[in-house]
Amino acid sequence: MWKLLQIELYKIFRRPRTFIAFGTIAALIIMVQVGLKVDGKSYVEFMISTLGGSLDVDGNIMNGYLVCYVILQMLLVNVPLLVTLIAADMISGEANMGTLRLLLTKPYSRTQLMLAKFTAATVYTLMLLVWLAFFALLVSMLVFGTDDLFLFKSSYIVLIKENDVFWRYCGAFCFAAISMTTVAALGFLLSVFAENSIGPIVATMSIIVFLTILSTMNIPLYSAIKPYLFVTHMNNWKEFFDQKVTAANEAIPGSIQNLPKILHSAGVLLVHIVLFVGTAIFVFRKKDVLS
Amino acid sequence: MKYVMTMNKAFIVCIVFLSCASLLQAQDMTALVNKVKAKIDLVNDYTADGNLKTDIAFIKAPLSKMKVYFKKPDKFRLKKDGGISVLPKGGVSVNMNSMVLVNNFVALAAGEAVVDGVNTKVVKLLPLNENSEVVLSTLYIDETNLLVKKSVTTTRESGTYEITLSYGKYAGYALPDKVIFSFNTKDYKLPKGLTLEFDEGEKPTELEKLKNKKGKVEITYSSYSINKGVDDSVFK
Repeated sequence: MWKLLQIELYKIFRRPRTFIAFGTIAALIIMVQVGLKVDGKSYVEFMISTLGGSLDVDGNIMNGYLVCYVILQMLLVNVPLLVTLIAADMISGEANMGTLRLLLTKPYSRTQLMLAKFTAATVYTLMLLVWLAFFALLVSMLVFGTDDLFLFKSSYIVLIKENDVFWRYCGAFCFAAISMTTVAALGFLLSVFAENSIGPIVATMSIIVFLTILSTMNIPLYSAIKPYLFVTHMNNWKEFFDQKVTAANEAIPGSIQNLPKILHSAGVLLVHIVLFVGTAIFVFRKKDVLS
Repeated sequence: MKYVMTMNKAFIVCIVFLSCASLLQAQDMTALVNKVKAKIDLVNDYTADGNLKTDIAFIKAPLSKMKVYFKKPDKFRLKKDGGISVLPKGGVSVNMNSMVLVNNFVALAAGEAVVDGVNTKVVKLLPLNENSEVVLSTLYIDETNLLVKKSVTTTRESGTYEITLSYGKYAGYALPDKVIFSFNTKDYKLPKGLTLEFDEGEKPTELEKLKNKKGKVEITYSSYSINKGVDDSVFK
């Protein structure tokens, strides 16, 4: 099994297209960082102006932690598309090249082969996230320094102490890993049904875009189905950056406002992963492989 | 006719008498304010350590340590022990001295009131300078100990804010152990498209709580270092 995984990883990282995602993420993050370094002051002034002019905010607001949050807000919506490029190609790519039958002649069961392929896709996804974390968090910390995290939400502001932020990012990235693995699992499932890569890649992207738009629409008709859509839960990494307050409105350091929501969302996503991968294995085991 | 003239005279005498009386009263209050000023004048500079608590409905902020620097006549700086601080605009820089040390003012008596169980004289301070940032200041002065227990200040730019002061072991220098700034805040709302939050959001009851327009900043001083000298660079 380990050998099989090594082969699959070799296949993924041998292809130049794999590195498009890494290059895109680095370029996007550097672009945001340069923009905020040059013009971050006006961004902060604009955000502070929303306080109505009755408050003075003193300190390094545009620090590495805020920059990372801004980047994650923008990028984590788009990373699924980059994950799809590889995950949705795992089976269909082999079928397209005519190597799938040959692959199945090896002394491994179809389930083993599928699990190795999905694990390889997951490793790629996690590496993409580590790369994202390195650029978005560590490089931002180096370039912008660190301070308290002053976060503007739509109806309130959260001020998190500097020494209380890093672990939240660790939690957020772990949550993002589950979210992105769900996307990888969906792409992996769809790749079982196709003989070429473009179909499942486009189908996965379309499903994510469609469901994302659906989950962001505040229309009562769709509200009932939102909790069952995996994309609704993918954005809940943000919950790590909200704190509980005491009755006297004093934020409690180290607390999370809605931990059950995070755990529930993580659970829903894990169920989706099992469902998608399980279905993919089931279908593949029954599949008449002709290519 | 003679009766009417007598009545007019009596009325004029009454007006003159009342005007003189109110003038005397105003002078009395100036004397009281000057006494308070004299007590505050004992402090040339100080450095104080303490805790800062920001209680604004739409801000979730933890308790943080801070340091306050003051130097006569009006240099004041509040520095958080690292990190970001949220303070009312202009409000927190109003320290004891700037509350009382208005050089050209009219001090009018406005009765008596009880603040924290202490009888106080209510004094309205009206600046004579038309361009003064402070429009009106009401001081609640503990006449026995010459301490300002509460002040309500209306400013041109920063609205009205209330300062409540509690004293302890530094009462001899008129330095409070605890200061509570209360001020009005405006509504806070950012479009969800800007914050990229597309979930259901807060429940209506939660949103109502966030609309409480009174903000409070509470400073609890743990220790003072008085008249030991403070470097000017601290205030830059």
